[in-house]
Amino acid sequence: MLRLDLLLRRGDFRLQVDLAIAARVCAIVGPSGAGKTSLLEAVAGLARPERGRIELDGALLFDSATGIDLPPERRQLGYVFQDGALFPHLSVAGNLRYGLRRRQGPGPAWDEVVEVLGLVGLLERRVTGLSGGERQRVGLGRALLAAPRLLLLDEPLANLDAELKRRILPFLARSVEAFGVPVLYVSHSTRELLDLAEYAVLLAGGAVAAAGPPAALFAADGPAARLALY
Amino acid sequence: MTAAEWQALALSLRVSLVATLAALPLGLLIAAWLARGASRLRWLVDALVQIPLVLPPLVTGYLLLLLLGRNGPLGRLLVPLGLEFAFNWKGAALAAAVVSFPLLVRAAQVAFADVDPRLPLAARSLGAGRLDSFVTVTLPLARRGVLAGLLLAFTRGFGEFGATIVLASNIPGETRTVPLAIFSLIESVGGEAAAGRLVLVCVAVSLAAMLGVQLLQPRNARER
Repeated sequence: MLRLDLLLRRGDFRLQVDLAIAARVCAIVGPSGAGKTSLLEAVAGLARPERGRIELDGALLFDSATGIDLPPERRQLGYVFQDGALFPHLSVAGNLRYGLRRRQGPGPAWDEVVEVLGLVGLLERRVTGLSGGERQRVGLGRALLAAPRLLLLDEPLANLDAELKRRILPFLARSVEAFGVPVLYVSHSTRELLDLAEYAVLLAGGAVAAAGPPAALFAADGPAARLALY
Repeated sequence: MTAAEWQALALSLRVSLVATLAALPLGLLIAAWLARGASRLRWLVDALVQIPLVLPPLVTGYLLLLLLGRNGPLGRLLVPLGLEFAFNWKGAALAAAVVSFPLLVRAAQVAFADVDPRLPLAARSLGAGRLDSFVTVTLPLARRGVLAGLLLAFTRGFGEFGATIVLASNIPGETRTVPLAIFSLIESVGGEAAAGRLVLVCVAVSLAAMLGVQLLQPRNARER
């Protein structure tokens, strides 16, 4: 269970949300500039809210009232950046080991992650030569091996063509299935991802416009349609 | 080369090596802060760090002497602890460190600024602390620039003259580095040949360092 109640400012932009997310897989959707990535960064500890609380499974990650602000390395959250943000000076295996060596609790086994994400043939490769889809899978594997309590995916399917999207979705679904790690992912339009999500939050202009089962949100006369988003 | 010339060369190498290694931790810290810091004081720190580059080295040496001499505000605290910099090789090393510091910081700063800022953040979210992420991600990615900075600083320290002669004086075997030895030789009758040999040493060291810096430039983006 992730509870968020926060206000975050970045220049003129203002994100104010009050959410409780219990779903195993939750999608944050909305047009660009809605504050989706800022929300994810606040949860990960990469952006600091002006005030509010962030609580994961009963443990406080951030609380402006009591001055709690856990640094990112102590939050045990797997943040997967848009293009993977892989370390270019390490091989694929080196990237995967980076998370594994620093895990702070029990987590998915190496062999299983490598198998589920189809990384066996890539391990010795340099990351600079990988395709977009391969980078995503390595980034996902690296985060999973760090034994996160929650996976945060920032636009996991952005910059991938339709064919690649179709191929990576099963990997994502299998990861959720195999490792039981809850997932919070951000997407700006990807309808395909909604098949995966049990719950969706629609952000617009830095506020929650609607939240609920994806089918309801994206029904023909649902909130997303009324906001003329899709 | 004569024994005295070898002595000057060995001393120059030692002084410059000690100066570069001693300046490295602080240099990297300041460079990393300047490359990422959002502080409003950044411009001031940046300017202060770069001052030795434009100040006459003689003036830098004189200020260091005033600061660290027996009666200087810092010297009064350090001399009783056995840390004396005036008129010994440690002074020569300090002079070399201060004068070459801007070169180290600027090169490292540019290299750090070039590292994708998301990469150290990715490391943090994978469980690496600040220092861990700096040492295992930022530093390896900036290694070429940092090495180039070290090489530049070492070479600048090797050739340091003005600040050294004021702070450390020109004592054979203690503070008479190659440039100071050249100065003594061209002032004395019949020293031209010896001076010429040491001049060649200086030119060779500088040339080697500049070629090294060139080799450290990335030839294309993939090699970084």
